[in-house]
Amino acid sequence: MDYVIEMLNIRKEFPGIVANDNINLQVKKGEIHALLGENGAGKSTLMNVLFGLYQPEKGEIRVRGEQANITDPNIANDLGIGMVHQHFMLVDTFTVTENIVLGSEPKRMGQVNLKRAEKEVQELSERYGLNVDPRAKIRDISVGMQQRVEILKTLYRGAEILILDEPTAVLTPQEIKELIDIMKSLVSEGKSIILITHKLKEIMEVCDRCTVIRKGQGIGTVEVSETNPTELASLMVGREVSFSTEKTPADPKETFLSIKDLRVKDVRGVEMVKGLNLNVRAGEIVGIAGVDGNGQSELIEAITGLRKTESGDIKLHEKAITNLTPRKVTQSGISHIPQDRHKFGLVLDFPVGENMVLQSYYNEPFSKNGVMNFKNIYKKANELIEEYDVRTPDAYTKARALSGGNQQKAIIGREVDRSPDLIIAAQPTRGLDVGAIEFIHKKLIEERDKGRAVLLLSFELEEIMNLSDRIAVMFDGQIVAEVKPEETNEQDLGLLMAGNSTSKAGGE
Amino acid sequence: MLFSNRMINILIPIISVVLGLLSGAIIMLVFGYNPIEGYAALWNGAFGDSYFLGETLRQVTPYILSGLAVAFALRTGLLNIGVEGQVFVGWLASVAVGISFDLPMIIHLPLAILAAALAGAFWGFIPGILKAKLGVHEVIVTIMMNYIALYISNDIVRNVLTDGEDRTAEIAPSASLASEWLASMTYFSRLHYGLIVALFMALVMWFVLNKTTRGFELRSVGFNQNASKYAGMSVGKNIVLAMVISGAFAGLAGAMEGLGTFGYMNVKSGFTNIGFDGIAVALLGANMALGVVLAAFLFGTLKIGALNMPTEAGVPTELVEIVIALIIFFVASSYIIRWAFLRFKKEGK
Ligand SMILES: Nc1ncnc2c1ncn2[C@@H]1O[C@H](COP(=O)(O)OP(=O)(O)OP(=O)(O)O)[C@@H](O)[C@H]1O
Ligand SMILES: [Mg+2]
Repeated sequence: MDYVIEMLNIRKEFPGIVANDNINLQVKKGEIHALLGENGAGKSTLMNVLFGLYQPEKGEIRVRGEQANITDPNIANDLGIGMVHQHFMLVDTFTVTENIVLGSEPKRMGQVNLKRAEKEVQELSERYGLNVDPRAKIRDISVGMQQRVEILKTLYRGAEILILDEPTAVLTPQEIKELIDIMKSLVSEGKSIILITHKLKEIMEVCDRCTVIRKGQGIGTVEVSETNPTELASLMVGREVSFSTEKTPADPKETFLSIKDLRVKDVRGVEMVKGLNLNVRAGEIVGIAGVDGNGQSELIEAITGLRKTESGDIKLHEKAITNLTPRKVTQSGISHIPQDRHKFGLVLDFPVGENMVLQSYYNEPFSKNGVMNFKNIYKKANELIEEYDVRTPDAYTKARALSGGNQQKAIIGREVDRSPDLIIAAQPTRGLDVGAIEFIHKKLIEERDKGRAVLLLSFELEEIMNLSDRIAVMFDGQIVAEVKPEETNEQDLGLLMAGNSTSKAGGE
Repeated sequence: MLFSNRMINILIPIISVVLGLLSGAIIMLVFGYNPIEGYAALWNGAFGDSYFLGETLRQVTPYILSGLAVAFALRTGLLNIGVEGQVFVGWLASVAVGISFDLPMIIHLPLAILAAALAGAFWGFIPGILKAKLGVHEVIVTIMMNYIALYISNDIVRNVLTDGEDRTAEIAPSASLASEWLASMTYFSRLHYGLIVALFMALVMWFVLNKTTRGFELRSVGFNQNASKYAGMSVGKNIVLAMVISGAFAGLAGAMEGLGTFGYMNVKSGFTNIGFDGIAVALLGANMALGVVLAAFLFGTLKIGALNMPTEAGVPTELVEIVIALIIFFVASSYIIRWAFLRFKKEGK
């Protein structure tokens, strides 16, 4: 048989949960094999088992037909298995090459031979079209580049089988295109790839076969050429999923958020928001479309009080909120679903329950006279977990142990539940499965219909087009155009986002 | 699942101690001493009669407080290496109040204890504010503050509290923690009421960190400053507060010596090590209030019991120190044991 990897009847338990229950996965040599499943279905767990980070309770792993006992990642490396985790493990202040050789440095007389390593990295990079500068420092390169460094790291160690855990969740559409080309060139050299992704389009585009798991159980493997996104989605969720979100036309009322002439600098002191104007009204969803790095993050950080503004006004209900502290901003009625959930959204070492009251712990009924009331906190947490379908053994589990998608659902539950006037949702569905995306979109529209204002930031045009009532295109620190989704298309939007304001869809 | 995480947290310190004792035994064997006799002498020296027991408990008292100081800071993400210096200023302040006033006990004693806490708190405030405002790493500042504390205290003892003498006068009885009752129960050991203060403060630490909104903020800032800021907490304020509270615990440890054990302050040629040992106590106690109390108990036992090893078992003091150092080593490197455990559990990550 020409399977490079066979995982047979794998079972992996965590306290209170069976993450993998008799799962089978067979990967052929030279194929790109998709692993599809809802958030918390057990995909990352299964891959961690293959990479030797977890030991399965039951089951058998065969590599190139031979039974393997992968008890730690070094053994996986020796067997030619490499893994790119969703959260990168790179040393910021090291160069690309230093990061790649870390742990397996080429030595000459006890000294690390960086010259040779640099050359090897350069060669690998050229061979697979990765385009990485071996001497650049990690902190100076984009997330997309960092991911390529992770891929190079596995190749440098001689990986023949690459596991990519949600590699596209953190990439911009352009970077995704490039990654897809890289994957194609890797398999054409005889490597095999296991790809985890929630984006069915990507599976349809690059994968040969797809294994679906649902709630820890293997549903089966399908040939991608014989299936379609709708079938994949229903296999994975176990019911029909609608892709475009149903919504009635917006009925915008008074202006909630108004931003005038806003200027904001980033950490390095470079002006990123350059005299920006924007209004968001009650009962509408305004989507900000733009290529990453055009000041979107700085804009949101300025509104939410996380970053000082240079000049300009931000008003909520005609009251200035410019440069208020994050707490004052929250109290004035703004919720914020942050772009980076691990950095801002959660205290990973706190239980899920305590994360649910991260901004409201000092209010009754969660505390009184400075003393916490954990009974009320966990009561609230359990309600939110129930309502937002956060899959966790219980509210006492640390947020760290939740799957990425379920962490996101917990944040969204917390932020929407606060009944704010304005919800700022930055990449709210990043890393979510199609079912969860449908759910989150429904929630945001529900909030809109209750008369709340929603400011959406997303790098996915599909999401912007689907959800927004009005699209504001951001380019070089300014809103360069405002368009209605029904009067534009992805192509025109793309042109506007590239700063091409002469496009016919343009206009103020 | 063989062991739960909770079990591991309890097992690791115990294994560390056992390993430390075992390697101590091997060292004694190698140098030709009988480890059983050695450890028997240690046991007798710590618990052999009520005098030794009293002395052991007396030694435990400042260890509890210095351990709490380090643990409190660690729980909020700060490494307070300056406990030693904070102990010094606390000791000095308590003695200064103790000798300078003539007040009824009900006012004098609390006042002297409070002075120690405030002095320690102030010594913690400085590195705290430097970290919060300027981002200076607290380890560097606290280390320097230790030396400043040592030399300033010596100078004040010599030139302010006395006229060029090497030790201050005895504190007034109304400011003393000494207890005739406890002393007579333990064949006139120096055991004093400070133990009650220390145990009470352990309770305070547990309550503040785990039950109050302030503790919630402090722990949150300790784990993730970005998320805390996002959630509306003031990161800087919490850093300063954490150092102030940690310093206050350390200052109280100084008061135990000043108002309890000694009743005076003398010029010192070097550090007391109460603060530095507090680091090991906190580590061994897994930074938890109850853990710190138990770990302090172990350290006090070792320190006092070891005094008996040269006389009763003929083990030279140097060797005793090696044995103690080994135990500390194994405790401090407990992460290796944790790692081995996780490998054993084959859980990774
Ligand atoms: N270290 C752990 N301890 C306890 N439970 C865990 C741990 N890791 C994962 N789990 C649980 O196992 C289940 C599967 O998680 P896993 O991370 O494999 O999901 P996933 O399919 O990768 O989801 P996502 O698409 O959201 O990343 C989840 O319910 C999760 O809470
Ligand atoms: Mg995952």
